Amino acid sequence: MRTQPIDQYASRVGEETRTAVYEGSKIGHEKRTKVLFDHYADPDRLRALAGEIKQHVVENLDNYLPAVEERLTANGARVHWASTAEAACEAVHSILRARGATKLVKAKTMVSEEIGLDDYLRARGIESLETDLGEFIVQMDHDHPSHIIKPIIHKTRRQIAVLFEKNGLGAYNDEPGVITRRAREFLRHKYLEADAGLTGANFVVAESGRLVVVTNEGNSRFCLAATRCHIALVGIEKILPRDRDLALFLNLLARSGTAQQLTVYNEFILGARGPGQPDGPDEVHVIFVDNGRTDVLASDCRDILRCIRCGACLNVCPVYRQAGGHAYRSVYPGPVGAVLSPLLLGKRFPEKADLPKASSLCGACNEVCPVDIPIPDLLLRLRDRAHAEGVPSPGTPPMGAWAILATQPAAWKTALAAGRLLNHIPSSLVPVAALRAWELKRDLPKWRGGEFRKWLKIRRH
Amino acid sequence: MPGAGRTPVAGRRVQLMATCLCDAFHDDVAAATVEVLEHLGCEVSFPEAQTCCGQPAFNGGDWPASRKVVRHAVRTFSAADPVVVPSGSCAAMMFHGAVLEFEHEPDLGEVEALGRRTWELGDFIVNGLGVRSWPGRFDAAVALHRSCHTRGTGSGDAVALLLASIAGLRLVEFGEEEQCCGFGGTFSVGFPHISAAMGDLKLDHVRAVRPDVLVSGDMGCLMHLGGLAAREGMPLRSMHFAQVLRDAMGRIP
Repeated sequence: MRTQPIDQYASRVGEETRTAVYEGSKIGHEKRTKVLFDHYADPDRLRALAGEIKQHVVENLDNYLPAVEERLTANGARVHWASTAEAACEAVHSILRARGATKLVKAKTMVSEEIGLDDYLRARGIESLETDLGEFIVQMDHDHPSHIIKPIIHKTRRQIAVLFEKNGLGAYNDEPGVITRRAREFLRHKYLEADAGLTGANFVVAESGRLVVVTNEGNSRFCLAATRCHIALVGIEKILPRDRDLALFLNLLARSGTAQQLTVYNEFILGARGPGQPDGPDEVHVIFVDNGRTDVLASDCRDILRCIRCGACLNVCPVYRQAGGHAYRSVYPGPVGAVLSPLLLGKRFPEKADLPKASSLCGACNEVCPVDIPIPDLLLRLRDRAHAEGVPSPGTPPMGAWAILATQPAAWKTALAAGRLLNHIPSSLVPVAALRAWELKRDLPKWRGGEFRKWLKIRRH
Repeated sequence: MPGAGRTPVAGRRVQLMATCLCDAFHDDVAAATVEVLEHLGCEVSFPEAQTCCGQPAFNGGDWPASRKVVRHAVRTFSAADPVVVPSGSCAAMMFHGAVLEFEHEPDLGEVEALGRRTWELGDFIVNGLGVRSWPGRFDAAVALHRSCHTRGTGSGDAVALLLASIAGLRLVEFGEEEQCCGFGGTFSVGFPHISAAMGDLKLDHVRAVRPDVLVSGDMGCLMHLGGLAAREGMPLRSMHFAQVLRDAMGRIP
């Protein structure tokens, strides 16, 4: 039976992985909801406000980007513009090459995953090491993250202990404390050996040129303190207008993402180390990455650029919980990824045009989104676009014949009567794929086409 | 979204949009809807030319096909009286989905006008007519599945209010109530494995609290959940809330 790729993937997900993803997401969602509603009388108003601020930024990016460049430059940072993934990788490489750097430590950057930076640098003899525990594990396992903020939500501690043993990080031990300590010991040396530190940025404030990076492990702080050169890879949509907006966004991000009042480590970076300052890099580079974002901006789905990557929509999504993040074949999985990932492909949209179909349109993602993105509406627009571009969609019933019936009342009534045949012949003989897909898992109720109309007629006489 | 800019209900004449699922499978739900509305003094008309709200194609991505069907609905329900529909999903299609797909169409205004006068049944009874309690008796523990298309609308609370007011009826809560049942229209056939897994989770949560009946305002959800339960050999009694209201009236003390 031809069903959608994500459905096929989900049907093959092992029980251990499915349980890990399901439980991890469910707990994340429940904690998020409790903390938001415990702390705020009306979190939905905060979400709406944050959405308006981010939408304002998105609608005015053409003004904000030059303003940010000016502030960053005045603060002593070097600003680079990369329109493609390749250009962004090149920008990183040329900064490293100029310093003769061969070792890079990374923290908190999904954009580096998006642009394929690791492979690019490895091919040029540069080691690029993840320092977030989850990302570190993913990198060691030659795997990919399956969640925006919980990259190893799909792994169990047993699997991680096996991986550590295989990679010489100590004999099998699946105690989370032991796993963390071993990673820490390994990574501490790496920070000291590194020539440069690479991070993303959760926010860049236009007013001050302040870069904001939040982590729970402090690895961003080590990257910044131990290396002489800081490179920030930033999507062009990451701007906030004013410093005071951070009060709203940091509070919403921490609660939506990890059910914390505030993420443990919040770095506010205003440029390179100044005279008399003991720590911090001598050079700060900010690389603004487009890589398809202006195409998104030009589309009718630009609202998705509000996203602050909290992962709440993944946690609540019943489809994500069943399929897991890898099913989406993208750096950004789940509901937000189902919108963003195909759009970021630009003209290659058809390659991921099935992702927007992977939703029952239940709307839970919109309900939890800290910037109130109308994700179901955007998914629907992309379905329309896929259909208009003629992208095949296995499992989606063709609607042409239905539209003819549903616009001609006489034909509709005939079809209602004819449907009774379904009560008498096995559905395997009915050449309707949708019916077979339905009956794969469910019984069909008895066809009673036209009975209501008959009842009404009798009642009215 | 619904509520905002809703055309106020004047008079007691309503047009019934029965839904294609009731037209094809669940005739008793449409009949119960008529009886409930008539009990409230409504004069119910049934425009014979009605077919479907256009949602299957809208949801499946074939917006040109969907717009044809929506235009048919606009013509069919052209009278000024409120359109009442025993489905949160079809109601949301009229006041939200159709508006989205007509954004750039010249007849957007007519579609919006139909949306403004279309009501989900529970929302209509409570927020349109101002009815806040229901007479009669219905002795049962009821698990109420609030369908996803009633998120952010008055329907969920309206139905809960009506049901809770019925003598003998006890609403029972169950786990992860806000989660989707997995129906999702074309989703149910494009993603049968995920859809069924979602439905099984819902059934597990519902069965855990041992209700006498599972009630919803959307036959799509109940057809999916009922179909799964039947296939598994563990049938579950399920009803549309209109049937509960109608049956309760039959036992007015």
